[in-house]
Amino acid sequence: MILVALICITMTGGILGLILGKWNKNLPRWIALASVSAGFLILVSFWLNLNQSISINNDGNWLIEFRQTWIGSFGISFHLAADGLSFLLLILTFFLGIIAVLCSWTEITERTGFYYFNLLWILAGVSGVFMAMDLFLFYFFWEVMLIPMYFLIGIWGSENRVYAAYKFFIFTQASGLLMLLAILGLYFIHAQNTGIYTFDYFELAGTIVPPAFAFWLTMGFMIAFAVKLPIVPFHTWLPDAHSEAPTTGSLILAGLLLKTGAYGMLRFVIPLFPATAHQIAFPAMLLGVLGIIYGAILAFSQTDLKRLVAFTSVSHMGFVMIGIFSFNELALQGVVMQLVTHAISTGALFIMAGMLKERLHTRDMNRMGGLWLGMPQMGAIGLLFAMASLGLPGTGNFIAEFLILLGAFKANIWLTVLATSGLVFSAVYSLRIVQKIFLGPQQEQQQTLDFSLREKLVMAVLTLSIIGLGLYPQPVLNTAAPAINKLVSIMMTEPVDLQKDRQTYVRH
Amino acid sequence: MSDTDFSALMPLLLLAGSSVLVMLLIVVKFSHRIIQVSSLFLFVLSFTSLFYIKKLLPYQIGTLFVIDDFGIFIIGLIVFSGLVVNILSYIYFEEKEEGPKEYYVLLFLCTLGAGVLAVSKHFVSLFLGLEILTVGLYALIAYLRKRHHSIEAGIKYLILAAFSSAFLLFGMALIYLETGTMEFSAMASHVVSMQVLPPLFITGLGMMLVGVGFKLAVVPFHMWTADVYQGAPVPVTAFIATASKGGVLAVLLRFFLAIDGFRFQTVALILICIAVASMVVGNLLALRQKNLKRILAYSSIAHLGYLMVAFIPGNTMSIQAVSFYLFAYFATTLAAFGVIAVLSGREEDAEEIENYRGLFWRHPGQACILSAALLSLAGIPLTAGFTGKFYILAAGIQKGFWALAIILVVSSVFGLYYYLRVITAMFTGTGQTIPEEDEKHPVFFRVSMLILSVLAVVIIWLGVYPDQVISYMQQLQVK
Repeated sequence: MILVALICITMTGGILGLILGKWNKNLPRWIALASVSAGFLILVSFWLNLNQSISINNDGNWLIEFRQTWIGSFGISFHLAADGLSFLLLILTFFLGIIAVLCSWTEITERTGFYYFNLLWILAGVSGVFMAMDLFLFYFFWEVMLIPMYFLIGIWGSENRVYAAYKFFIFTQASGLLMLLAILGLYFIHAQNTGIYTFDYFELAGTIVPPAFAFWLTMGFMIAFAVKLPIVPFHTWLPDAHSEAPTTGSLILAGLLLKTGAYGMLRFVIPLFPATAHQIAFPAMLLGVLGIIYGAILAFSQTDLKRLVAFTSVSHMGFVMIGIFSFNELALQGVVMQLVTHAISTGALFIMAGMLKERLHTRDMNRMGGLWLGMPQMGAIGLLFAMASLGLPGTGNFIAEFLILLGAFKANIWLTVLATSGLVFSAVYSLRIVQKIFLGPQQEQQQTLDFSLREKLVMAVLTLSIIGLGLYPQPVLNTAAPAINKLVSIMMTEPVDLQKDRQTYVRH
Repeated sequence: MSDTDFSALMPLLLLAGSSVLVMLLIVVKFSHRIIQVSSLFLFVLSFTSLFYIKKLLPYQIGTLFVIDDFGIFIIGLIVFSGLVVNILSYIYFEEKEEGPKEYYVLLFLCTLGAGVLAVSKHFVSLFLGLEILTVGLYALIAYLRKRHHSIEAGIKYLILAAFSSAFLLFGMALIYLETGTMEFSAMASHVVSMQVLPPLFITGLGMMLVGVGFKLAVVPFHMWTADVYQGAPVPVTAFIATASKGGVLAVLLRFFLAIDGFRFQTVALILICIAVASMVVGNLLALRQKNLKRILAYSSIAHLGYLMVAFIPGNTMSIQAVSFYLFAYFATTLAAFGVIAVLSGREEDAEEIENYRGLFWRHPGQACILSAALLSLAGIPLTAGFTGKFYILAAGIQKGFWALAIILVVSSVFGLYYYLRVITAMFTGTGQTIPEEDEKHPVFFRVSMLILSVLAVVIIWLGVYPDQVISYMQQLQVK
């Protein structure tokens, strides 16, 4: 029931805010804050209760489940479930949700009701994606988060917002529809094999797909996830969407929407099509490496702070791609860490960009400089997150990238060597951020206001979490371990015996 | 004809009788308001009578008609769409013309024609239904005769419809020549054992498809659509987009299922070409339009293409998918045109996208209804259009029509762009281009808004919890 409650809380919170926003402009943000915090508290208390019982060798990796028939005639059910992986991402979702509400506290002054409605519905869609165990339901949530995001960018974004919103929407929708076709294909193949029409993940996970078909179905899923992640040839929507979106939009995009792509690969591509996943592992890793280097180089050449951070996301998501397709425990643990820490560190950088924009009315780094003098607190925090982004030991990002590279080394040495060069590039662009904005000669006449109390709070929470993850990542690793062990075991057994019933992964 | 024959035909007879009754009311010089309300009542009466004849089904009436679940369902949709159009017409026409009363007579006749099509199983009833429908439409399209566009649209429709009727007749004649019968089931027994259709039959079928294609506005017979949609009064456009197409599609489906035309490769190929062309051309042509009525016209071309995708596999799922999609499409299209009709002023229709700039901040209710309708047309989840599109894809993929499914998906991505453009316009800016509603007919305005809200609820309901409707569709059978 907790899982349903999460979705209900956010959705009703959104509608309530929309309606009450007509009377009072301040009410929606309080409602939003309340509903997101409620969701977060529910999750954390559940997690704390559970934390004792999760151990690395635990087999019952599905912690909680909810099931209800939805469209019975098609075999569609409202089936939610969470394992450690889902749980981490759900906590991340609501954590960033709180941050997002706090960030937009003063930035958004117009149409607050509709704004928080969109924000909460994105969160509902994202958390639905992380929980859905019915492929139709998954696709449904996958699409539900798009429209509010489209509005968020299109209404509250900066100058070129409409273009960016279109681009975002059409890219993701087009790739999503390919996924829908793949889901339908799987549905009918399963029905042909067994005579049962169902979209249930647990049932479909055992489907034996003819190899020729399996490739195309996998591609249907992969393209949808690769666009979301984004992997290099499919990334062009991302810099535009990021740079035009309001601060919160960028935060949610980088922190959550990109994660849904990685989650989809972990949850659907590998368990449903392990054999094909093996086939495409090398090209996928290659694209990951390309993404790392290409993203880093382009990040270096940006003058717009938000575009810079956006391209660093492309680079960091390359690591995720490599990690996923290394198919070993270390790399996958690193992937989970990367998902969490990237959300926090990049989110913080986007928030910083938003704060700078609020103060200086520009995002052009050539017009900044020497800000440390006026804003030492922001400078220090900026330095910290720039360092986090380049993967300095002591921050969570280091653990993540280290684990990924360690795991990938076992899978493919030369690609790993290339990927490692990404760390050097990331040092270059991260230092450039600090140099250009906070150090160097001071620009004439800049209004410099350091953090307000609210901003201090936001940044303190983010700082504590990124350092906490860097010093003590074990809880995250433990929580994700059962799910990851299962994934690894699938990948180990699969190529030997294709016919083997894979139901064990998901049956409980 | 026996008594049961009469009661089985009750909904259609009521429609026919209503037109006569309304004509008499006009003779007595009742006001527009009374005529409108009484025709609303008559529509409701005809609609409710559908429920009474349910227990008779399926029922054959001579060789001309067969009243079955599917036919009743389609008639229900058509009468409902007539009902909605009737409600929307009052505030639209009240201030425009001297005598908007005859309009209702024509509306009843057109609804009757479309309804007849839905239950025909014979060329004669098919042709009669089609002519009742189109002859009424000529007058309806050109109804606002003081406007340039209307006359132009009326003439365009008149010429092309007459032209297509000629083709249809010639095609029927050729098929009659080949099979010696005009009844679908008799034709079916003639071709049942054939592997390849005889050339005369194919030619006839092709000619018929030309004729029907014009009515359905599928590519390449779509040239009239945008102009007629733009030129006709908004409620009439809504009627053309829904009822007239629904009826024609229903009879086409019945015909093809009867003769099992889908198993002949040539026929399937022709249909596939039409479907692909409609989806691609419709969506592409809509991209650069600035007029909402024209956008909806091209979008309707694309949607008929989608419907053909459900139609082509010719399996049991086809009937369900077509029925469900028609249901979704009717609700959606009526809602979209309804908002246009409500917003239209005395002089100008609210048809330019510019008119909708900032609508959400001025009239949130109307903007939400229109957004729901457009999102549904675009096929976004939580709306009827999504479930419908899903149904269609399922029907296509089940029989292995992957190429069609992929083209559907790709072309509907293009479609997103123009729907989003309208939605974006509604949410941005604070434009004041539309004169404020003068609230001259508050009661009718409220009623119109009520029915539009109901449609919006239907759209969302079909998107969120379509299970009941789907199980209803699964029972539909074509006899």
